[in-house]
Amino acid sequence: MLGVAYVLAAATRTSLPARADDPPDAARGMLAQVGDQLVAFGSEDGGAPLAVSDIPPHSDVVLAWPLDTARRVARNASRLNLIILMHFDPSSLSGPETARAANGIVAFTAVCSHQACWVTDWLSSKQLLQCPCHQSEYDLRQGGKVVSGPAPRGLAGLPLKVADGKLVVAGPFTDRVGGQKL
Amino acid sequence: MKGISYIVPLAVAAGLSWGVSGTTAFAGSVTGYQPVTQDRLDNPGPADWLLYRRTYDGHGDSPLRQINVDNVKDLTPVWTFSTGVVEGHEAPPMVNNGVMFVTTPGDQVLALDAASGDLLWRYAPKLPEDLFQLHPTNRGVAFWGNNLYLATTDSRLIALDAKTGKVVWEATVGDYHHGEYMTLEPLVVNGKVIIGTSGGEFGVRAYIAAYDADTGKALWKTYTVPSPSEPGGDTWNTDAWKTGGGSVWITGNYDPKRNLAYWGVGNAAPWPGDLHPGDNLYTSSTIALDPDTGKIVAYHQYHQNDSWDWDEVRPPILINMTRDGKTIDALVHPARDGYLWVLQQTDDGIKFISGKPFVYQNAFKSLDPQTGRPTYDLDHKPVVGKTVTFCPSLWGGDDWTSSAYSDETHLVYIPANNNMCGSNEGVDKKLLVGQLWLGVDPSTNKLVPNGQHIGELQAWDPATGKQAWMYPFPNQLFASVLTTAGGLVFVGGTNDRMFRAFDAKTGELLWQQRTNSGIIGMPVAFQVGDTEYIAVQSGWGVDAQRIQNSLAKTSMKLDPDEVPQGGVVWVFAVRHHN
Ligand code: FES
Repeated sequence: MLGVAYVLAAATRTSLPARADDPPDAARGMLAQVGDQLVAFGSEDGGAPLAVSDIPPHSDVVLAWPLDTARRVARNASRLNLIILMHFDPSSLSGPETARAANGIVAFTAVCSHQACWVTDWLSSKQLLQCPCHQSEYDLRQGGKVVSGPAPRGLAGLPLKVADGKLVVAGPFTDRVGGQKL
Repeated sequence: MKGISYIVPLAVAAGLSWGVSGTTAFAGSVTGYQPVTQDRLDNPGPADWLLYRRTYDGHGDSPLRQINVDNVKDLTPVWTFSTGVVEGHEAPPMVNNGVMFVTTPGDQVLALDAASGDLLWRYAPKLPEDLFQLHPTNRGVAFWGNNLYLATTDSRLIALDAKTGKVVWEATVGDYHHGEYMTLEPLVVNGKVIIGTSGGEFGVRAYIAAYDADTGKALWKTYTVPSPSEPGGDTWNTDAWKTGGGSVWITGNYDPKRNLAYWGVGNAAPWPGDLHPGDNLYTSSTIALDPDTGKIVAYHQYHQNDSWDWDEVRPPILINMTRDGKTIDALVHPARDGYLWVLQQTDDGIKFISGKPFVYQNAFKSLDPQTGRPTYDLDHKPVVGKTVTFCPSLWGGDDWTSSAYSDETHLVYIPANNNMCGSNEGVDKKLLVGQLWLGVDPSTNKLVPNGQHIGELQAWDPATGKQAWMYPFPNQLFASVLTTAGGLVFVGGTNDRMFRAFDAKTGELLWQQRTNSGIIGMPVAFQVGDTEYIAVQSGWGVDAQRIQNSLAKTSMKLDPDEVPQGGVVWVFAVRHHN
């Protein structure tokens, strides 16, 4: 019974559009909204919105929070809101990732679908993203699908576009964000 | 004594403030609840289990003797209760005057009629959606007056009305976004609720803190890692103290005579020692605190500059012992570092008496005969940039699971893991606040079994430093031990889902019962009416499962899915044949 209630709450939050009269704290708790810019993890207080040039190609993942552009607040009140960015050669992307990427930059939730750890370890030898908590591995070039480990679902993708050189969220997450409930 | 009235089908706990949330469902209610006083904690009745290890000295020993070596073969389940929760069920079923309080992963509390198994109420806190639980478990509630105290994985301390399960007060202890969380049963001394924080794996600087039992007011907070200006601060050579770990996640013991609370302190963060040069007080130590002020009065560091993830979070067992013809206040600690340490509390501080490995250990070359300080074999001390093998593994000779000390046999019973080494390669990674930060490359983090059995239930005489007996198990042993005056030792902890009773004198296996899942929980003994009962939770998960997963990748090829999850409270008694 509790589990169902949690899932419904998560779904409601995901689908709620941002409203101009939301208090700043509510805005900080929301998942990335269409039109948000992004700001690097650790520089959310006054950091500049991320531009294409801030995500070097073929290096490491970049962690970012969504930035509510109207209120200029990073949506960093919930661990569920963290996003990972990676810059690939656009021709190496396949399937749905091709359409979601902007200039080869892809975005996903950083939250593991297993137990909601942040998935942050880029394994350059395998070209996969690994969760440090129970070692689930995800292929970011193929829509964030699970390659190995206990994760039950792929990472939800976040469509991006570029406006005035900055990265902007172009659509809602492709799947539910969050881990399995105990 | 206690009646049950089935009147309220469901009620929601009254919210005290915006942050208070959770639901309490009533099946019945507790009447005639017996409040818990300092006197009852100091001198617990034989029928109850009011402290984590029943008594403040941490013995885990029950004076009940109705169930004994002669009749334990007739021990049978009286009732069971399915918690409806998966993951690691580690809590002892706490018993006050015939009412049992059980906690589960997800920080739920169940009140049950201890004799019948009737559910009286269930409290389920609402945990944040964005919470990641590295250790989804809870180790039980503490008692004071008419309240219960629950420490949660989102770092709250919650007081519940024991009669109804309703929230009396709650305090935010730490910030779970920064990796602070709690899984321990609080320690209550003289109306102060004392807790410690976990989160060394996330680079927190850990602490022990006390709250007023009646009001929830914060009273004191003592960091287990001192700042440079505090005593011990000079044992951190760099700024690493700011993220230095020293987690506290097992309930302390208490010496009323000296008014000292003994706590165990976890390892320094992150794992490789070269990332936090220095001795790193008070990590991998025991500290003695004044419970009124939180002041650190004495300490002993078992091993300096930890590099193995050898938390020493269990407090020492307080044993009044005759050694070499003298009676001493001994502090006995079967350590995660694989040594059985015997210390002595004196008016001048904690003195080293002896240290002896109880499992194969290759990291220490020798101990200083005066201080007990180990000298290391650097070939077996993990560092950044090199794969190092060491014994025992990161789970140690005995991880968090408690040993018991029998007042009848004067032996300490240790749930040990032997013949299981580990290896890893350290990596120097920047801390992302709120993210796991172990300092090792996970792909190199492995178990190295040596082909023999692993689990060992060991009986030691701490006064002579001699092992009395040992019972081997093929795979890991991961559960706390109970002894009773019936001459019995109870333990689960194996992946064959058994709960077992041994003869405390000889180590002979006298009884075993297969359960629903694997037992990593702490067994207890209690009495209602004329009947003695043994209770334990069966619900495999957390580290026992992690060892299973790791052994699956070794030559032992264990099946990682061998042990099903799902918690059940089991209560046993001997049926009388008249
Ligand atoms: S939380 Fe990511 S694999 Fe378990």
